Amino acid sequence: MLVARELTKEYRSGGGALAVLRDVTFTIPQGSFVAIVGPSGSGKTTLLGLLAGLDTATRGDVLLDGTSLAALDEDARARLRGEKVGFVFQSFQLIPTLTAIENVQVPLELRGERGAEVRARELLDRVGLGDRTSHFPAQLSGGEQQRVAIARAFVNRPRILFADEPTGNLDAASGARVVELLEALNRESGSTVVLVTHDAALASHAQRLIRLADGCVVQDSATDGANGLLKVAASDTLTSSVPEETPEVSA
Amino acid sequence: MSAAEATPIAPPASRLPLLRLAWRESRTARRRLLLYMSSIFLGVAALVAIDSFAANVTQSVAEQSRSLLGGDLSLASRQPFAAPVDSLLDSLRRAGTPLARVTSFASMALAPRTGGTRLAQVRAVSRNYPFYGTVVSEPAAAWRELHDGAHAVVDPGLLVALDAHVGDTLTLGYGRFVITGTLTSVPGDPGVAAIVGPRVFIAERFVPETQLLSFGSRAEFEALLKLPDTVDPRTILTPHKPMLEAARVRTRTVAESEANLTQAIERLTRFLGVVGLIALLLGGVGVASGVHAFVARKIDTVAVLRCVGATSGQVLAIYVTQAAAMGLLGAAAGVALGVGVQFLLPHVVRDFLPVDVSVHLVPRAVVSGLLVGVWVALVFALRPLVALRSVSPLQALRRDTDAGALAMRWRDWPRVAVNTALVASVVAIAVTRAATPRQGLVVAAGVALAMFVLWVSAVLVVAAARRGVRGGWPYVLRQGIANLYRPANQTRSVVLALGFGAFLVTTLYLVQTNLLGQFNADAAASNANLLFFDVQEGQALGLDSAIRAAGYPVQQRTPLVSMRIREINGVSVRDLQRTPRGRSWAVAREYRSTFRDTLVHSEKIVAGRWFDAAHRASPADTLPGLSLDEGVAKELHVKVGDVIAWDVQGVPVTTRLTSLRAVNWARFEPNFFAVFEPRALEAAPKQYVLLARVPDATAIARLQRDVVRRYPNVSSIDLSLVLGTVNRIVSKVSLAIRFLALFSLVMGVPVLSSAVAATRRQRVREGVLLKTLGATRRQIGRIMLAEYAVLGVLASAAGTLLSFGGAWGLMRFVFEQEFRPAWLPALLIALLLTALTLLIGLLAGRDVYRETPVAALREG
Repeated sequence: MLVARELTKEYRSGGGALAVLRDVTFTIPQGSFVAIVGPSGSGKTTLLGLLAGLDTATRGDVLLDGTSLAALDEDARARLRGEKVGFVFQSFQLIPTLTAIENVQVPLELRGERGAEVRARELLDRVGLGDRTSHFPAQLSGGEQQRVAIARAFVNRPRILFADEPTGNLDAASGARVVELLEALNRESGSTVVLVTHDAALASHAQRLIRLADGCVVQDSATDGANGLLKVAASDTLTSSVPEETPEVSA
Repeated sequence: MSAAEATPIAPPASRLPLLRLAWRESRTARRRLLLYMSSIFLGVAALVAIDSFAANVTQSVAEQSRSLLGGDLSLASRQPFAAPVDSLLDSLRRAGTPLARVTSFASMALAPRTGGTRLAQVRAVSRNYPFYGTVVSEPAAAWRELHDGAHAVVDPGLLVALDAHVGDTLTLGYGRFVITGTLTSVPGDPGVAAIVGPRVFIAERFVPETQLLSFGSRAEFEALLKLPDTVDPRTILTPHKPMLEAARVRTRTVAESEANLTQAIERLTRFLGVVGLIALLLGGVGVASGVHAFVARKIDTVAVLRCVGATSGQVLAIYVTQAAAMGLLGAAAGVALGVGVQFLLPHVVRDFLPVDVSVHLVPRAVVSGLLVGVWVALVFALRPLVALRSVSPLQALRRDTDAGALAMRWRDWPRVAVNTALVASVVAIAVTRAATPRQGLVVAAGVALAMFVLWVSAVLVVAAARRGVRGGWPYVLRQGIANLYRPANQTRSVVLALGFGAFLVTTLYLVQTNLLGQFNADAAASNANLLFFDVQEGQALGLDSAIRAAGYPVQQRTPLVSMRIREINGVSVRDLQRTPRGRSWAVAREYRSTFRDTLVHSEKIVAGRWFDAAHRASPADTLPGLSLDEGVAKELHVKVGDVIAWDVQGVPVTTRLTSLRAVNWARFEPNFFAVFEPRALEAAPKQYVLLARVPDATAIARLQRDVVRRYPNVSSIDLSLVLGTVNRIVSKVSLAIRFLALFSLVMGVPVLSSAVAATRRQRVREGVLLKTLGATRRQIGRIMLAEYAVLGVLASAAGTLLSFGGAWGLMRFVFEQEFRPAWLPALLIALLLTALTLLIGLLAGRDVYRETPVAALREG
């Protein structure tokens, strides 16, 4: 379970403080698939950074499986991430000097676990890259790289997976494949998936939608009722750059 | 697949996977990292070569120490052994101790067939000389048959100088000898001995025929004893010590001569060690700037590692492991080169060493070179590496600039710790390698000062570039100069690396030319070029008129009186020698002094007054005045007004110290530690030195030949020959200095490459972006040219100016001579370094040409 309690993030700007997030509060039950949406500059990425423990809040707290992130120092948070958190980034963020399988092994190796290779191979098979394990990132297409990143995200059996615009750099077909994979792994593993995007089509795959604007939660489908999600999907463009005729929107 | 149960946060179970990760992650960067870390390569090579060489020489000295001395115990004196000494030697010989004698003196050697003359070092030896080692002659029989008649075995150089050959007659004083062979090697003599003064070996029994010793020429009488292994030479010496001291006999044991030589070698290697140390530090700067570049490339990877659970400690461990491995490789390569150089060194310095050096691997030097190298590489690499700790995982989501991502708090404790360790390491290595801790601190402080000055210049350059750019300038120039101050600029690292290189190279060059220049200037300042010495009192006037009759002016006729100190301020020398200050060489030595009432131009008064009755301390003071060289006065711990009593060949003479002189000993003129007021010494037995000016080499040779024929005991030196000899020795030394200068220049290349590489990525990115916006390759090339030209000029200028300061300091405080700046050569070095910077900069930037705009777009 992931709990955000009155999360506020301020940056010093000139003489005063600029609030990027204000009193964001919600609870995400274990195993759910949630999308955080909002236009550019609404605070999505900042929120993701706080939820994943990549950054610290100015006020408020995040509880990850009951552990308060505010109480942990940077290294303890890193260890917590290593054990419970997985990441998928827009720009894949594979380590260029490591092969696909080595990239997937990294989280386990950092924990000093044995058998990392077997587990990594298993996951690469699962994402359909069993035959490309010894390729370097530069030798893989964007979609393949993102699938390697997904395999890496799941290799340590995370309690929660954060995906930051995971299809942002992909063509439609590759993007669809990635989303399917995320959904499937969410079902199979019981990991919570938190998706940050401004792509309405992508968001529509989620069971729940949290919308940010100007650093505040302006809509949460869990509290607005089941219709909220459909309403968004049908009527709204989350950003003008996303083509509305994406097939998934009406699905 | 199912989610794992919540587990407590545990430390890593095993470090092995982390090492594996470090190894894999370094995959594409290994070569680059190795290049950066190998900046220490040459420094390590220098240290290993110097240390190994020192160990080799020391061991060779130990192995050959007996042949160094020629016996187990040597007794030597400047006068024939006094009766008690002779009877001691007799009793030893009767007791079965083998005894050899060597009498050495200078003499004019004349080849009557050719008329050639040359001042030679004559060594008259007894049949059993030397006890250890072998004198090798050509033909070999010449040495064996030395004692069979009036034979002379001579240095080959003497034959060349006299235009003589084996079989010719050679006269020494009044004696005539047959040259039977030439010397190939003499145990205990360094090769340069032959350059300094050609050696002539004759049998001891022919010394009287030369009649040279009876004239009171300077000679050294030595007795060599061969002792059984079980006998400690000290047991023989100790009971007779007072007697030997009274008889002015110097004693040397094998252990003592070995210790002296070892000490001299140690001093030399310490000096070279400082050069090696500086090489190593410069390498460290290269490592730091190279690793800085490396770190900038790793920000993305580190951010991802942090996201997927790496602690800052693990991140640091991964990259420190990589750096350590590459540092080890770099240091190991340095060790290999050092060992190679070690095998070459003995050939280079063979002429200066009195022993044959046997080269062997020195494990201690190898291990310490490796350790120091790895340590220096690591500690310099750590400085940029600790910045990786501060890379936030957030960088994976939102990428900051390189500089922003690596920004650290000032008081970040690991950074403070690394900085402290760096300074401590430099100081520790400097102190352990320098001759004295003080010298080590001075070297460390000098390096720190140079770094600081360069850093300040870099900051000034950045500020000037920011303010100085004018809108009217051509675009490429503005852009190039703007690169000097924009974020993530390379100005500081390049100015530091290049400036330090320029500083070292130019300082070495300036010191060298100053020393040589000083020397030649001193030589040119002397009017006279022919020196006659060992002129007896009765011969001085005759010689003087003979020279004038030949048509040449006599520049100086200086009397020489031999003496020793008897008392200083009423304390006898014997009592004085029991105190620490009494152990100085100045207390016990034999002084050859002169008397005159005027100063000569190679000296000036620095304290007190020249002999002048009107200014005597007290009118009642009837003691004759004395003027001492300031250095000797310091050694004797005396000041103006003190009373010094002398023993002038048995006659006591008491003087008052009335002045101290600074003497330029480099001038080819008779200079004296002690100059007396004439009335003190006029009556004493004396010899003369005459200085003449003779126009050309033929005239000199003719005059020398005529004088030798008329006064066989009088020796003469052609100063131009001495100059030639000194120049030959100096050129051997300056070869070594040039090697060092070249070495530091070569060393600068990897350092500079590293510094330039530090911001290469940024350059390429910008260049490609400019291309996308329509810049031609030509324009981009010019922008880089402008940037590197400005950087090169400014850094070389800063380093060169700094080197003038360094060279001035060295000349002033170490060599105690005037500093003359050599602007033109320094300018040339600066230009050369600027060109080098341009070349390296453009080579490093060639990717800008290669990359297409599409690549930039794809990168996003």
